[in-house]
Amino acid sequence: MTKSTFTRRGALKTSAIAGAGVAMPTIFTGSSAAAFTNEPAGSSVTLGFNVPQTGPYADEGADELRAYELAVEHLNGGGDGGMMNTFSSKALQGNGILGKKVEYVTGDTQTKSDAARASAKSMIEKDGAVMITGGSSSGVAVAVQALCQEAGVIFMAGLTHSNDTTGKDKKANGFRHFFNSYMSGAALAPILGANYGTDRKAYHLTADYNWGYTTEEAVRTSTEAMGWETVAAVKTPLTQTDFSSYVAPVLQSGADVLVLNHYGGNMVNSLTSAVQFGLREKEANGKNFEIVVPLYSRLMARGAGANVKGIFGSTNWHWSLPDEGTQAFVRSFGTKYGFPPSQAAHTCYVQALLYADAVERAGSFNPCAVGEALEGFEFDGMGNGKTLYRAEDHQCFKDVLVVKGKENPTSEFDLLEIVEITPVSQVTYDASIFGGELGACNPGA
Amino acid sequence: METFILQTLNGLDKGSAYALIALGLTLIFGTLGVVNFAHGALFMIGAFCAVTLSRILTLSYIVVDESKTDFLGNPLKVDVPYVFDIFGQSTGEAIIDWAVPLAIIFSIPIMIAIGWIMERGLIKHFYKRPHADQILVTFGLAIVLQEIIKYYYGANPIPTPAPEAFSGSFDFGALIGFDANTIIYPYWRIVYFIFAAVIIGAVFAFLQFTTFGMVVRAGMADRETVGMLGINIDRRFTIMFGLAAAVAGLAGVMYTPIVSPNYHMGMDFLVLSFVVVVVGGMGSLPGAVLAGFLLGILESFASMREVLELVPGINQIIIYLVAIVILLTRPRGLMGRKGVMED
Repeated sequence: MTKSTFTRRGALKTSAIAGAGVAMPTIFTGSSAAAFTNEPAGSSVTLGFNVPQTGPYADEGADELRAYELAVEHLNGGGDGGMMNTFSSKALQGNGILGKKVEYVTGDTQTKSDAARASAKSMIEKDGAVMITGGSSSGVAVAVQALCQEAGVIFMAGLTHSNDTTGKDKKANGFRHFFNSYMSGAALAPILGANYGTDRKAYHLTADYNWGYTTEEAVRTSTEAMGWETVAAVKTPLTQTDFSSYVAPVLQSGADVLVLNHYGGNMVNSLTSAVQFGLREKEANGKNFEIVVPLYSRLMARGAGANVKGIFGSTNWHWSLPDEGTQAFVRSFGTKYGFPPSQAAHTCYVQALLYADAVERAGSFNPCAVGEALEGFEFDGMGNGKTLYRAEDHQCFKDVLVVKGKENPTSEFDLLEIVEITPVSQVTYDASIFGGELGACNPGA
Repeated sequence: METFILQTLNGLDKGSAYALIALGLTLIFGTLGVVNFAHGALFMIGAFCAVTLSRILTLSYIVVDESKTDFLGNPLKVDVPYVFDIFGQSTGEAIIDWAVPLAIIFSIPIMIAIGWIMERGLIKHFYKRPHADQILVTFGLAIVLQEIIKYYYGANPIPTPAPEAFSGSFDFGALIGFDANTIIYPYWRIVYFIFAAVIIGAVFAFLQFTTFGMVVRAGMADRETVGMLGINIDRRFTIMFGLAAAVAGLAGVMYTPIVSPNYHMGMDFLVLSFVVVVVGGMGSLPGAVLAGFLLGILESFASMREVLELVPGINQIIIYLVAIVILLTRPRGLMGRKGVMED
């Protein structure tokens, strides 16, 4: 008689171990057959668009998503091809990526780091996304970039302006096309000097979080280098809506320039307060009082309405640029959606195309091969003139636009006018100044 | 001294908004015993009444201007508001310019209707439930309302300026004997303060000098006895809910030129207003108003650079700090009745 070793307890243990094995995310196990995370096996490839669909930047997120959908349409051979026709690299043929039809899934970052990581993780683990892109906040970009590094997929950042994204928090799997705080400061300072003089006293109001700090530092460094004095720098809570108690004391401080290191709703509200308190009509130290907004967004300028008139700032791109790439993109986007794209839409569209092009040139979806193809890649025809994806920090270097709120807008989109296109040489910096290490590329498998 | 006066003015202005919202909250808590977390959403809906009226007044038909082109190079489509055709261009422009003050009239029936529907349709079912249930359901309602607004109006702030006549600022310092250009204050913020004072005064007068108000006050003091006298106190309390909604809505309408409305603005005010109610004393109308102004002024002073250099971050916690101190030393709040919130 043989004694069976099969017991109820043993069965439970076995099924628990088997269950845990099945449940364990593929992100941690990889596939023994795959060379890297989510290697596309069929006739299609899935990209993950992680944008704010709810929360304070939902409108920017919606514009990002429109741009991604347009990019997918163009990559798959639909529409008029947009910037694929003007892009200096001719690797993209309109037949998907490496012959695979491009499909996509979307996630909602909610402009919260934890929610953004969760949605990115879900797109990688459940939907098999081979690349994650999007976002409208530096906090989100840094968090998702770190996740993509661990997971072994490429992260193509959306709208993120903090120096940290490609500075102290840079990762080998992460790439940013958008400009940063340092570049804003370097581009703005000469224009501010030329228009307002080099003997100025500045008062900074700074959003109390990472992006605010790096922007304040960048603008302070650039303006102090040309002779401006910083009278005070006050941090304002991110949740602040009425900035009257921060704006009211500015005139008594001896300052003659107010720098608003704010973005989004903060920028709209602080600028509205400053204009309401009549700062722009006042004189201080024998000069006209001036206001500066280092980072402009057309969507935010719309929120501030007439208050932006005549105020200097910087932007990554603007739909009114005359180059072929911009015109092709604006034509595609405008025909499809009925209005011109925002800078968020532009950077996201470009990132999607740059990723696809890098895959084509590398001949593989392997994130390490794609990373290599992007590192040191020089291109043109994407709306910003000649651009370099610097290998040392995965930051794009290109001309920066200094803009000014338009005095006589002809439509609700025509809010900013380009004052100067600052050449890339003026905004280039040493890759080591912000610290951080790229580390090694992680293919995930 | 100039800075002191400026921050006091700012505090009074900010306190006006807190006081108006807290007044409505207290009316609802005092009459119906409901902790209404959807009250901030009513403030936000009031602001969007102004946005909506502004959009109605600018409803337009399109005229193609062949002499100009749009961003795609097509002939420019120009929006011509219907009010230009009805009233003529200059009167039409004036009507559009005065959209925010006109929204006061527009918003009152809407807010009363929303308050009535909210109370009859949802909140009355929670009168006898614990406060935790009331908080959960009204908080959920607030989220639903703000998501509805976001769906129709988007997430970005919508500029809703004051009439041109009130868009500038004036030299308050010169008015009270200081040097010129030392104390500058926006016209509209003064208008807001006066408006808030009038509304608060009207609510108190209504409760103090009308028969309806007397019955409501009696009901707040002893609901059962008033009911036993054959008075339908529930109907009056429903009307008070509508009135509280209208007060919150009016606060929101007039606030739109100060902060461009967005779907989240109600939540930004809600928590602060609850702190105001607790500090003033749950159920105390004068307490709510007093605490509103007091905390508004304290918040303004805590935002001064000199104070921030001394105690970094104090601007973010001052209101809660005061609330903790008040609750520890005087649990019923500044003007709360003895026994309320003390057991």
